[in-house]
Amino acid sequence: MRGLLRIAYKLLTNERGKFIALLMGIAFAVFLMVMMRAVFSGILRQSAATVTNTGAKMWVMDPAVNNVLTSIPVPDYVLDAVRSTPGVRSAVPLYSGAGLVRLSDGTYQPATLIGLDDTTLLGRPKLVEGHIEDLFADDAVIVVRDGEYPKLNSPGIGTTFELNDRRAVVVGIAETPASGLFGLPTLYTTFNRATSYIPSPRFTISYVLVEPTGPAAVPGIQRAIADLGYLALTEKQFSDRIADFYKYKTGVGTNILIMMVISFVVGLSISAQTFYTFVLEHLERFGALKAIGAHSRDLVFMIVFQVGVSSFAGYGLGVGLCSLLIMIAKARLPSYVSIITFGNLLFALAATIVIAVVSSYLGIRRVLRIEPFEIFRA
Amino acid sequence: MAGAAITATGLTKWFGEGDARTLAVAGVSFEANFGEMLFLVGPSGSGKTTLLSMISGVLRPNEGRVVVAGLDVWSLDDNQRADFRLHKVGFVFQDYHLFPRLTTTENVAIPLILRRHAWSEAMAQARGELDVVGLASRAEIAPGKLSGGEQQRVAIARALITRPEILIFDEPTASLDGDTGKRIMSFVVEHVLNEHRCILIVSHDERIFSFADRVMRMEDGHVVATERGAHA
Repeated sequence: MRGLLRIAYKLLTNERGKFIALLMGIAFAVFLMVMMRAVFSGILRQSAATVTNTGAKMWVMDPAVNNVLTSIPVPDYVLDAVRSTPGVRSAVPLYSGAGLVRLSDGTYQPATLIGLDDTTLLGRPKLVEGHIEDLFADDAVIVVRDGEYPKLNSPGIGTTFELNDRRAVVVGIAETPASGLFGLPTLYTTFNRATSYIPSPRFTISYVLVEPTGPAAVPGIQRAIADLGYLALTEKQFSDRIADFYKYKTGVGTNILIMMVISFVVGLSISAQTFYTFVLEHLERFGALKAIGAHSRDLVFMIVFQVGVSSFAGYGLGVGLCSLLIMIAKARLPSYVSIITFGNLLFALAATIVIAVVSSYLGIRRVLRIEPFEIFRA
Repeated sequence: MAGAAITATGLTKWFGEGDARTLAVAGVSFEANFGEMLFLVGPSGSGKTTLLSMISGVLRPNEGRVVVAGLDVWSLDDNQRADFRLHKVGFVFQDYHLFPRLTTTENVAIPLILRRHAWSEAMAQARGELDVVGLASRAEIAPGKLSGGEQQRVAIARALITRPEILIFDEPTASLDGDTGKRIMSFVVEHVLNEHRCILIVSHDERIFSFADRVMRMEDGHVVATERGAHA
């Protein structure tokens, strides 16, 4: 069988033009599908950046919240109610809002402002410069050094600027696992200072961050909070909720899906058409092989092998190309985020297998139909 | 080896049904022996290629029976018949049907590859076969770079590599000039035909009839004459 597959391989690869067309068709389709999903995964990761960076186990919020940046303030009594819920070890408020920074050159830059609980600083980012206790100093803020950091003119410790017409002093530089989706720099300060920086409505708590006593306590807490008329979600549930919002309620997910379907159809068309032409051009020779004594299963193996080689080589090429492009983009654009997940790779692999099955099916059907007698009549 | 290599009895084949039914071969019976070169000749449409196809196990007759090298060809199932062709029959097609993207050695080795021989063994044997047909120096080039006569010899080497008992040539000189055709036939007589093998040749080319042991003339699906050839 190995000899037969070797012949099949040589027949395929020695036909350079068709082989390259096959490879490119599949590679192009895989590249587009993986790239689309990678970009979308990046968007989803960025959309849940605050949730990821804060690292709280549970979040309590208004049930209408579906995106961390569009928080709906909850009354102060909710914090007390949460604290007294069985299974809750601790609960602290979190403020999330947007402020306007006036830079030293006089220009303005919107920024996300996160207010951490004044006592515990729960959800604080990892500092790479400065000391966390300096956050208790007057007007102190911490700046996150991510892709958006240069928009604040890359401030260092001691830099001052105006935040909503009030003085702010940088006391620390932090790094977080993820940057936000909307290209805004992120500032951290204490909860009370954040609410004083930003004009607030009647209620000031954006979220209540909860530390349950253990995983077993989570369902009970969720039921109790639901009875209060609010929503308690674990970190993953909140991230998924945000992802679902972008997937299903913004049109972004639909557009990405459409692009992926188009990529798949283009790849399928190119590959199936090219391989079918390849089979047609070799039809008489496949007939000759049949006349010589090849079994139908031999020819099927040859075709499946040829399509398999092209498909998996094309898949590897597509994924490699995609990774390369993302790598180059990340090197040139610090805020660029695209993520190739295992799910993404498996999805593209499944699509490639479908392309391979359809392409080989067309070829196999044609080859099995050929009568060796036709060879003599030629 | 003595005795009948091919025994055909009442072989009949028609195509189409009803008013469109065309009789291609009408109850042909004959015997061909080992060590014999039998020519099937006749005008186009006389049924010789259809008869050849039924004998070699690629076209099922509507009626009749054919026993080749002791096997009742049409009592075998599809896989057994493929094995029969692979082990008992060698084919030299009119257009050679060589794979242009493989080397001549790889082309010649194909029947051995189909028989699951190891690659290196198949290639070594194929090079040996190319040596027999005088193409040892052309072993690693593509068939497209060979002349018509050389391609014919590659096709013969491919047919011979499994040491078949029955060798079938379909219009072996149709694509060759007269001299090359005669040289090929001389080669076949001297190096290919032996007492363990029967060669069946379909041809229009009267210039090569002199190489036959026997010539069977066909017209309208019937054998109208059987003559002893000059080579007998």
